[in-house]
Amino acid sequence: MSIDRSQVENVARLARIKIDENEMPDYVRSLSSILALVDQMQAIDTTDVEPLANPLDAAQRLRVDAVTEENQRELLQANAPHAEKGLFLVPKVIE
Amino acid sequence: MQWETVIGLEIHVQLSTQSKIFSGSSTAFGAEPNTQASGIDLALPGVLPVFNEQALTKAVAFGLAIDAEIGKRSVFDRKNYFYPDLPKGYQVTQMDFPIVGKGSVDITTEDGSNFTIGVTRAHLEEDAGKSLHEDFHGMTGIDLNRAGTPLLEIVSEPDIRNAKQAIAYLKKIHSIITYIGVSDGDMSQGSMRCDVNISLRPFGQAEFGTRTELKNLNSFKFIEKAIHTEVERQKDILEDGGRIIQETRLYDADKDETRPMRSKEFANDYRYFPEPDLLPIEIDDAYIEAIRGTLPELPDTKLARFIADFGLTEYDADVLTSSRPMANYFERVAEQCGDAKLAANWCMGDLSKLLNQQGLTIDNCPIAPEELGLLLVRIKDNTISGNIAKTVFQAMSDSEGSADEIIAAKGLKQVTDSGAIAALVDQVIADNLDQFNAFKGGKDKLIGFFVGQVMKLSKGQANPGQVNEILQAKIKE
Amino acid sequence: MLDKTLKQLSDGLAQGDFSSVELTTAYLDRIKHADGRYNAFITVTDAQALASAQSADTTRASGQATALTGLPIAYKDIFCTAGVRTSCGSKMLDNFVAPYESTATARLAGAGMVMLGKTNMDEFAMGSSTESSYYGPTRNPWNLDAVPGGSSGGSAVAVAARLAPATLGTDTGGSIRQPAAFCGITGLKPTYGRVSRWGMIAYGSSLDQAGPMTQTAEDAALLLNSLAGFDAKDSTSMDRPVEDFMANLHQPIKGLRIGLPKEYFGDGLDPGIRAAVMDAVKQFEAMGAVVKEISLPRTELSIPAYYIIAPAEASTNLSRYDGVRYGHRCDAPTDLADMYMRTRAEGFGTEVKRRILVGTYALSAGYYEAYYRKAQQLRRLIKQDFQQALADVDVILGPTTPSPAWTIGAKQQDPVSMYLEDIYTLSVNLAGLPGLALPCGFQTGLPVGLQLIGNYFDEARLLNIGHQFQLATDWHTRKPEL
Repeated sequence: MSIDRSQVENVARLARIKIDENEMPDYVRSLSSILALVDQMQAIDTTDVEPLANPLDAAQRLRVDAVTEENQRELLQANAPHAEKGLFLVPKVIE
Repeated sequence: MQWETVIGLEIHVQLSTQSKIFSGSSTAFGAEPNTQASGIDLALPGVLPVFNEQALTKAVAFGLAIDAEIGKRSVFDRKNYFYPDLPKGYQVTQMDFPIVGKGSVDITTEDGSNFTIGVTRAHLEEDAGKSLHEDFHGMTGIDLNRAGTPLLEIVSEPDIRNAKQAIAYLKKIHSIITYIGVSDGDMSQGSMRCDVNISLRPFGQAEFGTRTELKNLNSFKFIEKAIHTEVERQKDILEDGGRIIQETRLYDADKDETRPMRSKEFANDYRYFPEPDLLPIEIDDAYIEAIRGTLPELPDTKLARFIADFGLTEYDADVLTSSRPMANYFERVAEQCGDAKLAANWCMGDLSKLLNQQGLTIDNCPIAPEELGLLLVRIKDNTISGNIAKTVFQAMSDSEGSADEIIAAKGLKQVTDSGAIAALVDQVIADNLDQFNAFKGGKDKLIGFFVGQVMKLSKGQANPGQVNEILQAKIKE
Repeated sequence: MLDKTLKQLSDGLAQGDFSSVELTTAYLDRIKHADGRYNAFITVTDAQALASAQSADTTRASGQATALTGLPIAYKDIFCTAGVRTSCGSKMLDNFVAPYESTATARLAGAGMVMLGKTNMDEFAMGSSTESSYYGPTRNPWNLDAVPGGSSGGSAVAVAARLAPATLGTDTGGSIRQPAAFCGITGLKPTYGRVSRWGMIAYGSSLDQAGPMTQTAEDAALLLNSLAGFDAKDSTSMDRPVEDFMANLHQPIKGLRIGLPKEYFGDGLDPGIRAAVMDAVKQFEAMGAVVKEISLPRTELSIPAYYIIAPAEASTNLSRYDGVRYGHRCDAPTDLADMYMRTRAEGFGTEVKRRILVGTYALSAGYYEAYYRKAQQLRRLIKQDFQQALADVDVILGPTTPSPAWTIGAKQQDPVSMYLEDIYTLSVNLAGLPGLALPCGFQTGLPVGLQLIGNYFDEARLLNIGHQFQLATDWHTRKPEL
């Protein structure tokens, strides 16, 4: 199944990635090519096959409820593009 | 056209664990921004979640308290969307296999009607951070202290038909979660938040109408008002032949109206899929039964018991079971003094007034329940009158000592010696001969005056019953 | 000295033939003089390396040295190393200094190893050639116009070109095994859950594993001893006792049952590679192994299954790169949406963007069932194929790749052509099994590698077989003209 331009635009929006006009044809082409590859899956009958999410058959381990982390704000904000008064700043969000 | 309101509530409850659902950061309220946000909470490259056992325990406890199916195998999923207070760009939640399945909650509205409200499911998820919009010269500040706090999202069936039922349901949920200790339920701190889904349909129609979702309602009062406002708004549109737009709306308390949320700019396709960094949670019957064994008596059961065993009225029992600490306090007072009704009156009256006045909760009440019980014993054995007891109670709240100590120190013991009382009565009669003659002559109402005078003379310490008797006897002399 | 294996260097240090400072200095000098040709390193941590080496020598002097004390190593730039830039081969993290240490590198540092630096890789581990790195391609030391493989290309080249005696890589669809094969070295992808993923920047969460890239299977065993083991910080790390992977290296392999999947020897396989692998098979038979043909019927389906599952998981794993808390942020964003859209457009390269888009599509409403869920169902069938095969044989053997290393740039026009080259390695990650790549010959002057696939947690057996093979052959001692 190939993918058309409007679908690529839609997906790019969902993924929050800006695609320039001149790049668009390449993405449409390569995405179509990849989807053509994966369409091979459709030929296989998988009725009643349980999906496998994790290769190992195991259950989630539980962690004891205890505070084990201390304040490391300075260290962890050292890489912040824009931080002030301990907060991460972003362009204003309007609700 | 008669419209039926259909309401469903989604309640987000913050679980009262020490640490977050997937990290060891503290969940304490009110810390400086980003001082309780570890690498996991900040979604640094390479971090991984590890699941808090208490979040599981509390979720299961809630499920048991509402008689719900418990999911023996539940799975975490990623719910994908972009927002600055959501560091990973996805929220870890439970979609297809929640920890709690179908259950139900019984409610009683103010007018005494009973309803059963279905609960569709309750699932675990993580809270997002907070956005602060002021003070940043056109920018928004993000605080991730709250990101990762464990939430239990409780979804009701659309069984609610009006605001009163909605409030009763909310209060019931609040009561259950605080009773079993899974949350502090403090709405002012955001421990319990409610989204309301509202739609209208013509009476008799089976199909649901288009619904809107009201978000960010953080008090019972606002929820009630918001529901009323939104129902009116929808009714107006429908009666004009219009259609309801399915959207999310916010309640503006100042204007008492709802308005659409500035639409999340792009339609949200959450692309749920199983969280690959976490494995399925598997629990067995033994685990579930162990939790059941730790559940305290639930509010409804306690209410019924108070009515049956203590002979309380439904109203009194309801007030006394409104919180587990109050219910426990009352029971200990009642046990100590052996008179449930007396204990109930004092707990609902003087005690509650004291707590309100001093801004205290029952947990930091200056008077221990046994102490109050002993005070009530002194009323019952006539050592002091009910009125004097109020004075003693006040002194006890000021930490002046036990009831007996205060009675002794202030010499408040009721006078019960008939001779002494007789002397007081004689004195009052002597001082009020005209009235006494009128009284003797048939003006029965004057007894109140005379009793009052004797009480005054005795500084309230004469036993009023005996005063009465002696006065009556004097008439016959 | 720089040709010695990790084991030999360990013995050398123990015998006092040289100090860790001397050894480290020798590697740092070599990197400085030679890496310009290969571009295997993104960051070289000279000062830190010498300080660690000094510390290791002191430890040795006090009699507390262990097998790995003072040995130099380099890490794929996907491992968070505290205080050191960790770029993941991407502009998005070009300025990111990791504030914490990954478990894998912490364990090796704890064992006394000396970090030389961070090696080049395909951006966010997405690729099979190391051509998509923000820092430019790494070149194959056997032929500078050829790709070294990927995504752990820098790590493979560092070992092959003797810039480091060993390195760590990661493998999601073949990213340790394939570059090891292309560069003529040994590479191990452990069983999923064997090595902690804490601090290892995530690409395909249910597929990723860290592993050693070395000159020999023995060296891989030495490193695995310190790498493997349960980590409470990784919920997918398995709580299993860690055996001594060196203990069984010397077991003879007489009677070993080896399965050759017929699907791995079809028409798509380069004849020169086939010949080299069949020679290796004869070698194993000469050592007493019993070889039979087996079938892994869904081998080809591993390609579509992987290229749905990995991008789907990656698309969400990479959502955190949004310019808010760390990493690249675009200049002068006009509003929040603009900040997201341009930050991510600028920070990610083309192949990463492609995979994010494919992954987002595969999970989106209306397509989830046909793509993601279908791929997960195929994954179970592929796992079942292996379980069935491994009931009859002890280990599976085949080529690591269908072709030798291609020319840099040759597959840039059509990404799918590169995906098809992963056919022998992908299903091993889908099933979560361990895989070991060993050099076994040459084709057109470029190395050829065979792959051994074992049952869950059977690394000891794989390493034993590898070691025995390397006792009987000398492919692993060959090195390119340096």
